[in-house]
Amino acid sequence: MKKISTPYLLLIPGMGFLFTFFLLPLFNLAQTSTQTPVGGGDTGQYEQTFHFKNYIDAFVENREQFGRSFIYATIATVLALAIAYPLAYAIAFKGGKLKNFMLVLVVAPFFTSFLLRTIAWKQILGEEGFVVPTLRNLHIISQSTTLTSSAFAVVAGMTYNFLPFMTLPLYASIDRIDPRTLEASGDLYANGFTTFRKVTLPLSMPGVVAGTLLTFIPAAGDYVNAAILGSPQTKMLGNVIESRYFKIVDYPTAAALSFTLMAAILVLVTIYVRKAGTEELV
Amino acid sequence: MKTVSRWFQRNLIRIYAVVAFTYLFIPVAYTFAFSFNDSAKSNLVWKGFTFANWQNPCGAPEICSALGNSIKIGFLATLFSTILGTMIAFALGRHKFKGRSTTNLLIFLPMATPEIVLGASLLSLFLVFKINPGFWPTVIAHVLFCISFVVVTVKARIASLDPRLEQAAMDLYANERETFRRVTLPLVAPGIAAAALLAFSLSFDDFIITNFNSGTMTTFPKFVYTSAARGIPAQANVIGSSMFFLALAIVVIGQFVGRKRKVS
Repeated sequence: MKKISTPYLLLIPGMGFLFTFFLLPLFNLAQTSTQTPVGGGDTGQYEQTFHFKNYIDAFVENREQFGRSFIYATIATVLALAIAYPLAYAIAFKGGKLKNFMLVLVVAPFFTSFLLRTIAWKQILGEEGFVVPTLRNLHIISQSTTLTSSAFAVVAGMTYNFLPFMTLPLYASIDRIDPRTLEASGDLYANGFTTFRKVTLPLSMPGVVAGTLLTFIPAAGDYVNAAILGSPQTKMLGNVIESRYFKIVDYPTAAALSFTLMAAILVLVTIYVRKAGTEELV
Repeated sequence: MKTVSRWFQRNLIRIYAVVAFTYLFIPVAYTFAFSFNDSAKSNLVWKGFTFANWQNPCGAPEICSALGNSIKIGFLATLFSTILGTMIAFALGRHKFKGRSTTNLLIFLPMATPEIVLGASLLSLFLVFKINPGFWPTVIAHVLFCISFVVVTVKARIASLDPRLEQAAMDLYANERETFRRVTLPLVAPGIAAAALLAFSLSFDDFIITNFNSGTMTTFPKFVYTSAARGIPAQANVIGSSMFFLALAIVVIGQFVGRKRKVS
């Protein structure tokens, strides 16, 4: 018998796991997505009829939530990038001895459960918190304006929750920039802004791409922020999939929606990565 | 006035970092502060200061069994995903073989799949094979989303190693196994440790995939989510804050040990 070489021995267990619990379930979900209810059967009983119209029905019925998922996720990603970039820059170039400590601080909030933190925001910005009454007394917002149960709150919650996912890859690629390249740019009479646009930003592009993906993907599929900080008018696709699964036991629609979401994300990611021009992602 | 504005300009980025960190920590501080709230059940309004919640963290029904489940699942998921992921990382980082790009794709795809799709598809697989959602399905689900992060983290560490160190060991008559055990592995170890820590924190804090695959079993995030409607007991804040301080302590000790080793 021919000896199996080392790399394959190393790969078999992990790849076998991913095949069984990632690819096989996806295949199974694809099957579920074209099923229809059994005539005269109980709720939750479905049979395979290759009913591809499930996809169209599911999309048409939930196009609002679909659009919302992508709009909210896009805004949250852009905001997170805007907040995280200067922070990552500060840690990489001005961190000094505190660099490692500051990196730990970026990740540290993770350990207080993200649900507890999201609920904390809800309470801080809610009716019983101090922010809303103060803003009302200062007449910055009207007496009837609320900060929670709104699209604003959902997007703000997502921005906050995914900020570390944006900051870490940004830091990793900004930290790799040789400060001498920035000095050289200055020596060649580039001002601060030009140096940033022509040197720093292009060199940190791998971090920008990785960070936006790590933020956008989970944000587009998220339903927790919308459930805690939103209202029925801010429901996202994740909320629909969740309720189809657990409350309505409508597996085919949930499966069709899941697939459409995944396909849309993959298409967007591919276009984005091509445009941004980085090949090696993993 | 001029010097003040110049100081501001020069330190703008530092001031910004302080503001950004404050923003990151506001809810953490709020959670910590309200762990001392003297509230009977719903921890919404400040009612007065007490140590009672810290003296009796298991006081709320089911909270400690939920925490226990989260810790058990976290350990198992970390163990399995770290072993499987590290092996894949070594294959990718140290060997040339056919099917490399397929492997890379299969590692990247779970990260590009929203959690809700991972959770839903895994649940539908379990349902087909008549496996009831619960403890082990949740462990499998957690291993699934942790593996890719472990691979990426360990692979980055392997890529940053100087290959001359291994060549030197070989030159000094160490065989392949000895080189791996005494040179390569110790050098990659910090990367593996970081990956394990990441895997544990991802697993411990996960809600979406867990919600799909855990059935009636509660975990700590599930406990928080389900009790959010009627008000979260202050004990949840105690546990959240303790985890925060515990993680900080582990990282600080790890740094300290690492530095000591470097000196000696």
